[in-house]
Amino acid sequence: MSGLLVMESVSAGYGPVPVLHGVSLSVAAGSITAVVGANGAGKTTLLRTIIGQLQPAAGYISFDGAALAGTKVENMVRRGIALVPEGRGVITELTVEENLRLGGLWRRDRAAAATLLARMYELFEPLARRRRAPGHQLSGGERQMLALGRALMANPRLLLLDEPSLGLAPRITAQILGLLRTLCDDTGLTVLLIEQNVRSALSVADDGVVLNLGSVVAARSAADLAADTDLRHTYLGF
Amino acid sequence: MDRFLFLTVDGLARGAVLAAFALSLVIIWRAARIVNFAQGAMAVATTYIAFTVTSATGNYWLGLASAVVAGLVLGALVERTVMRFVGNTNPLNSVIAGLGLLLVIQAALGMIFGNGYRAMATPFSSTPISVGGVSAVSPYDLFIFICVGLMVVGLALLFTKTSLGLRLRASAFAPDLARLLGVRSSRMLTLGWALSSAVGALAALLIIPTELGLNPHAVDTVFVYAFTVAVVGGLDSAGGAVAGGLAVGVVLSWVSGYLGATLTPIAVLVLLLAVLLLRPAGLFSMTKERTA
Repeated sequence: MSGLLVMESVSAGYGPVPVLHGVSLSVAAGSITAVVGANGAGKTTLLRTIIGQLQPAAGYISFDGAALAGTKVENMVRRGIALVPEGRGVITELTVEENLRLGGLWRRDRAAAATLLARMYELFEPLARRRRAPGHQLSGGERQMLALGRALMANPRLLLLDEPSLGLAPRITAQILGLLRTLCDDTGLTVLLIEQNVRSALSVADDGVVLNLGSVVAARSAADLAADTDLRHTYLGF
Repeated sequence: MDRFLFLTVDGLARGAVLAAFALSLVIIWRAARIVNFAQGAMAVATTYIAFTVTSATGNYWLGLASAVVAGLVLGALVERTVMRFVGNTNPLNSVIAGLGLLLVIQAALGMIFGNGYRAMATPFSSTPISVGGVSAVSPYDLFIFICVGLMVVGLALLFTKTSLGLRLRASAFAPDLARLLGVRSSRMLTLGWALSSAVGALAALLIIPTELGLNPHAVDTVFVYAFTVAVVGGLDSAGGAVAGGLAVGVVLSWVSGYLGATLTPIAVLVLLLAVLLLRPAGLFSMTKERTA
């Protein structure tokens, strides 16, 4: 298997409760890969395992050809992997600017961090107008933009996104997914997208992976998956 | 009127120290959701170090610096060797660990230094200066105001204007999320304990000379007052600790001056009870959710 991110036969879970069963997948550099599946399929567990919050019971995960095993969560961002967690995780007691700065604090190059901050305000204009507002004053869409912008402040090579459409209006979701597509095309960013909104996810993704009860049941191009009526009816409910 | 002015200024000076002590509790609460019941004993331990250094060198300022440094070290040590392993599945764990630590430190201090009171000198006179025939503020009161003021401003600058402060706050508000962003939350927690302990050390060093003197139990009552201040201000609010400290200090001074010193502990308990009944989160508490 080749790809920027590779998982081979990964099993993981919470204590004695297994959730992922021998998951193998590959995420090509510069692509968007959507992982879709019903509630309880193990999508969030998959991301938590990649980012190091859960240790795999078996299997192998590599990023850019090197094993991720043993890398601490706080060092993942230094290796080029950023995660936007489910529920966005904006720190509500910090301002918009502080939340954004936090994403790039691990970098020693302050000039580069300042450039990225300016870039984030260009990408997410509503945030520029509210840079001094505390997180708890933001709308759901603005919080999602903030969480995404904060992850991008790390200038990651691989962005992991967990349910970015959760609780958002379809118009905002479309804007955010469209922005991801543009970022991938323009900057070569690689995205692994976990999403329950299957139609939207497959519409912007290059590849798709269907997860069911902790196992991969299909991994093909997103267009193929969207066109497979049987698969959609059986596993995706539409 | 003279008496009122004297009691108010005296209360403000005492309140400033209570505010500093409460601030040390608030820092830990914000960082780890722990009320550190060993804070008083830890602060007294650092005051013994200051006392020893000052006695040996004859230099008060060297003693003060050594107390603050000892506070930093002791705080980090307590976090790394005790509190880190307590676990947070049950809030009672940290309470029991804190109380245990309190007993161990006080017993150790008693064995090393004895349980008798030792008089501590102040660097400035505690006698109020008479201005226009009114005795209000003493040079030592002014010293307390300056020390606590500098400390509060320093902490405010650290937390709000520096990258380290942003890391500290992020780790305190959302440690798991901060780790995802590359912040070494574990180190930040240790640093939070160190800072808190240093603040407590300074507070103890300022207040002990104005009480009966240095003794392993010298700040037991002060700790109760400081805890009240922290609860009144809101355990989550640094500003609340400062405002609450000054307010409680003044109220205690008035009660002591007009109604009698024996009533001050009752006044503190009444205040604590009233705040817990009317606004359990404290007068200055802000948001409940830290991430969304």
